[in-house]
Order: sequence, then structure tokens, then C-alpha cells
Amino acid sequence: MEVELLVKQFQDKNHSAFEALYGMYSKSIHGIIYNIVKDNAIADEITQDVFIKAWHKSETYSSKKGRFFTWILNIARNAAIDKTRSKAFKQKRQNLSADNFVDIITSHDNLDHSTDAIGIKNFVTQLGEKCKAVIELLYFKGFTQKEASETLQMPIGTIKTRNRNCIQQLREMVL
Amino acid sequence: MDIKAYIESGILELYVAGQLSENENQEVYELLRQHPELLQEVLEIEAAVLKLTAAASPGAHSFEAIKANLKDANNPKVVKLAPRKTNWLAYTGWAASIALAAGFFWTLNQKNDLEQQLQTADIENRYLETQIETAKSDLATTKNLLDILRDRDIISVPLGGQGNYASSFAKVYWNKSDNTIYLDAEGLPDAPEGKVWQVWSLTLNPLTPTSLGTIDDFNSDTNKIFTMANANESQAFGITLEPEGGSESPTMEQLYTLGVVEVNPS
Repeated sequence: MEVELLVKQFQDKNHSAFEALYGMYSKSIHGIIYNIVKDNAIADEITQDVFIKAWHKSETYSSKKGRFFTWILNIARNAAIDKTRSKAFKQKRQNLSADNFVDIITSHDNLDHSTDAIGIKNFVTQLGEKCKAVIELLYFKGFTQKEASETLQMPIGTIKTRNRNCIQQLREMVL
Repeated sequence: MDIKAYIESGILELYVAGQLSENENQEVYELLRQHPELLQEVLEIEAAVLKLTAAASPGAHSFEAIKANLKDANNPKVVKLAPRKTNWLAYTGWAASIALAAGFFWTLNQKNDLEQQLQTADIENRYLETQIETAKSDLATTKNLLDILRDRDIISVPLGGQGNYASSFAKVYWNKSDNTIYLDAEGLPDAPEGKVWQVWSLTLNPLTPTSLGTIDDFNSDTNKIFTMANANESQAFGITLEPEGGSESPTMEQLYTLGVVEVNPS
């Protein structure tokens, strides 16, 4: 499997493999971080830190623990949340906007007009409120099922199946 | 196992989101290895999430900024070894040159010390040689004196202290055969400054003094034995203290010692 091979080479400190993985995941990681910090420059900085950190502690990743994307996604969410808790960040941005990923995606000017971008825009605007909330919490904010179920006042099982349905819809739109 | 039901449960979406426990992750990992359709499902979920999250990013960024930060970590074995090796070499070089310099200065110091010692030894040596020379010459002089005094022909004339100078004394040994007198003047004090001892040969009737000369090196002479020529038919010898350079005739007030030559009885 291609990704697994790249990851193995990346763990052997191969620059090209790392660059390939960066190409595959950096935009998503940046999107996740931007959704949390709501500041492009800060998101850039954290994204860079996250990939450098991943490079230096690459040996701690194992495919048994999950997908490589999931591993780096976790590092990114933690780094971004740490940032929002820092004193400097709080002073700078007294009130973070309540925008979720949907607001962010629809507010972008899609200059490239790629089908993906248009598809996602269509998808997110058509998403039900419950779907928006579940995806926001589980993927962008890194909430656990339990936390999400408490926040949304939904049974854990419902979170799981609703999430499944929302991702199914997404797949149909963008893949 | 019911693959379809497993997929429908929504566990794979949570797997990609990173919401499963360590054990659950391990389980999914094992199942993915056994069932390609599960893996396919995971890849599609991941691809969809990737696209969604990427859409939330206002812009993509090049790898270059990151690459600059990796330089230190690139091929750590090579990069780290090289400077360490260089340092080791440099340290060794410095240590060697310092040791060499220290050794050089130490050697130089030793050499100077030895030269100094050699010089001292040389000086001591020369001093000892001089002493031996002096001792030898003293011995020769003494032997010579002894020979002279033992000579059969020698006439011994004791000179007694006169007037105020009663404690003074001297002796004249006169060798008539070679017209030489040897004056032993140990009984005379050192001549005061500006004055010299003058030795006189005297004939008694009438009293006629003839100067035999002044003893200019009296104070510095160690054995106080002085050799003088005397071709006179002396009947007595006297010693006076005279102004430097000597006098025409003896100053009688300054006559220290006087002795009459005994008419040879033999």
C-alpha cells in the first residue's frame, strides 16, 4: 500500500517521502487548525510546527495505532487547542467567532472552481444542522463520542450512526 | 463475521476521526489486514474527510518552509559524525601543539639551566685551578725561602725596636755571595697612608746611611718577606717610616728598628 510505504520511508527520515505525505495531508491539517484558531498566519505557523514535530517523533507512530492521517490530525488538533489556551492568543483574540467549518468553507472564494470545491460547498450548504454539528465536533474539534453526545444531547449510538450517514453523503458528493 | 454490518455500525468513521480506544484501534487494524473491503471503506472515508478538511483551509503552503527546518535532522548519522570527527581532530591537534610548545619551552629552560650550571662549574673550576696554582707557587716560594735561610753563607741580623717603637722588630738575612738581603718585616705595623717603610744600610764609623729602597707593597704583601739588593759593606740595617717616595737620609725620629751586623765569628 502506497501510504504505508511512504510512512515507512518517512520514519527512515526520507525527505522525499515526507514531502509526499506533506503534499497529501498539509492542506487538511491546515484546514483543521484554521477552523480552531480562525487566523491564517497562526494556522500557518502551527501547521509548520505540527509537521516538524511529526518528523522529529516519527518513530512514535505505528500503523497499529491507527491511520497516519489520524495520527497527525491528533497532533494538529492538540497543538491548535493548546494555542487557543495560551495567554497571548487569548489577549489577541478576545472573542473567537462561532463560525464552524461550514461557515468557513462557504465564505472562501473558490478561485480554482474545482469540482471538489464546488461539490463540498454544495454539500455543506445542504447539510442538516445535526450533521454539521457532529462532523464539526468529531473531526474538527476532536471531541469524543461521549463529549459529543453530551454537547448535542444525543445518545452515543445516535452520534455514531448519524456520523456514518453524514460521511456517506459526503463521499457521494466528493468522491 | 458480518462485514457489511461492521461497516454500517459507523466504527470505521470513528476510526478515521481518531475516536477509538487503543484496543479498538488494534482490532480494526487486524481486520483491515484480513478484509480488503474494510480497508477500501476506510480509504474512502479518509479521502472524503481529507477533502472536507482541506476545503476549510484558506490556502495551501509549500514544503520549502518546513524543509529548511529539517536540515539538522537529515541523515543524523552523517551530519553529527562529521563535526564530531573534526572536533576530535582539532582537539587532538591543539593538545599536541600545546604539549609540543610546553615541551619545547621546558627543554629550552633545561638547556638554559644546564648552560648556567656549566658556566658556574667552569668558573669554579678556574677558581680552583687558580687556587692550586697559588698554593703551588706559595709552596715553591716557601721552599725557596727555606732554602735561602738554610744557606750556609747567610748572615742573620735581628733588628730590635727603637725608642717609642720598642715593640717593632724585623730580621735581615744577608747573603753576601749574591749581594741580596731578605727582610722579614712581620714585626712592623702597616705603613700609614702617605708613608712608606724605607730600608737603610749603615756603616758605623762614621755613621753613613745608604738607602736600600722603599717597601712600596708592604701593606699588601702577605708573607712580609722582601728581597733587596745590597752591595754595600753594611755594618748595620735600619728601617724608618718615610714620606711616600722615600727620603735622601733617614728621619731618625721615625727609626723603628735597628740591628748591627755581628762580625762573623767564624
